[in-house]
Amino acid sequence: MSSPVLKASDLTKRFGDFTAVNGVSFEIRPGEILGLLGPNGAGKTTTIQMLLGLVTPTAGSIHMFDLDLSTHREEILQQVNFSSTYISMPQSLTVEENLWVVARLYGISDMARRVNDIVKKLEMEEFRGKVTRKLSSGQMTRLTLAKAFLTEPRILFLDEPTASLDPDIADKIRSLLKEERRSSGLSILYTSHNMREMEEMSDRIIFLQRGRIVAEGTAQDIVDRFGKADLEEVFLKFAREQGQSSS
Amino acid sequence: MKLHRITALIVRHLYLYRRSLPRIMEIFYWPFLDLVIWGFITLYLARYQSQVPGFVTFFLGALILWDMLFRAQQGITISFLEELWARNLMNLFASPLKPSEFLAATMAMSVMKVTIVSIVMSVCALLFYSYNILIVGAWLMPFVLNLVITGWIIGVFTTSLIMRFGQEAEVLAWSMVFLFQPISCVFYPMEVLPTWLQMIAMANPAAHVFEGMRTALGAGAPPIEDLAWAVGLNGALLVGVVAWFYRTVAYCKDQGLLVRVGE
Ligand SMILES: Nc1ncnc2c1ncn2[C@@H]1O[C@H](COP(=O)(O)OP(=O)(O)OP(=O)(O)O)[C@@H](O)[C@H]1O
Repeated sequence: MSSPVLKASDLTKRFGDFTAVNGVSFEIRPGEILGLLGPNGAGKTTTIQMLLGLVTPTAGSIHMFDLDLSTHREEILQQVNFSSTYISMPQSLTVEENLWVVARLYGISDMARRVNDIVKKLEMEEFRGKVTRKLSSGQMTRLTLAKAFLTEPRILFLDEPTASLDPDIADKIRSLLKEERRSSGLSILYTSHNMREMEEMSDRIIFLQRGRIVAEGTAQDIVDRFGKADLEEVFLKFAREQGQSSS
Repeated sequence: MKLHRITALIVRHLYLYRRSLPRIMEIFYWPFLDLVIWGFITLYLARYQSQVPGFVTFFLGALILWDMLFRAQQGITISFLEELWARNLMNLFASPLKPSEFLAATMAMSVMKVTIVSIVMSVCALLFYSYNILIVGAWLMPFVLNLVITGWIIGVFTTSLIMRFGQEAEVLAWSMVFLFQPISCVFYPMEVLPTWLQMIAMANPAAHVFEGMRTALGAGAPPIEDLAWAVGLNGALLVGVVAWFYRTVAYCKDQGLLVRVGE
């Protein structure tokens, strides 16, 4: 089996007395889509932010491509990218200008071709010249996905990537993600509150609850282990447990 | 440092200014108003030129030089605020961009703004008041360079505070520099300050530049000592404030503030 592209070991983040992520360890293999599931406040975003070097872990280590993130930030971040419903892009720039800036930032050669390819792939021709402020939320999501794809990352972190997309575009994005991982071995860490999407997309799923991993395996494994009908029921079980313990 | 990452940020700001009339106006608005108001005051006071020799020269020269410092500071802080307002910090800090490259790009923006404003102000002063800034002489360039660096120091300091305390601290972008104005001795010599304030002003590189300007314009003596103080203090403070910026970035990453600012 090929060696993992990402290895998080005993990852912990405390904010004062509060432990947001508690001893989390996992790996992602080349071309694998790993789903990160958990109720609100379970620690998914904090985990992704640690993997992106935006939040410093209190304990534990992160390795990508066999390099330690704490000492090889630049080399690692050159090869990863992310998209999230929570981020934005400069509003006064056009879609295309934003992509040009990202292309320069990552030192992409053959920028014009890459920008054109990605605009076509994500069906953004119609609004490529539009000022970002005027985009609909679905178009905005496509732009942040485009900026993530543009840099040809080896690992993508996607925080609810299809949340504001209509079913048609969401379906196309899912196909694109699967296609990219087939053709280029792209690995993806994925969060979503859409359980059907999680089941469809993920090779493996990690369930977080109050910052800890409480279940891990394929969607079917997890459903079977907890004797539930589907992933949604497992989710509800963990969400209600977390809700009860914090109330 | 990688040049392509620095130019990416510069290009991003140029795109922004290209399409935004209010932003372009903002660069010229204050310097122009200053020049109009203080220009007329100076013209009025020039009637008493005999009592205060060289008054006009001091005053308008000081005004233009102070605006260069102010623009240099704004060039840094506003560039950061633009990223904060655009909720773009996460995109930048999760990219390979280094804090040093971020600072270098904001400093380049600052130099561009200072250059444009200086040219506009100098030309206006010449047209409206027949005042030629070049009478400051050969010392003008080292003075300007030092003031730009002092502007950077205040700019990086202010940026760190906004990063640390979030959007509530945004007002510092415009107000912080005026805290330094009284102790920069822009329009009056350092000796008019009370002794305790003189001690503080001594640590401010800008105060030495303005002292130097008065020396150069007044007695015509070379302001070597003033310049040496300005250069030494600027060097030390720039290193200090950049170290402080790095510490602030580390602190914000530890507290998870980088991703929260702007919300
Ligand atoms: N900077 C911070 N300071 C203090 N607490 C924080 C900080 N960031 C996150 N937390 C807390 O850590 C916990 C985990 O938050 P996180 O955003 O990682 O959850 P999540 O699983 O992504 O939730 P959601 O599904 O709502 O996005 C929450 O209780 C949150 O309040």
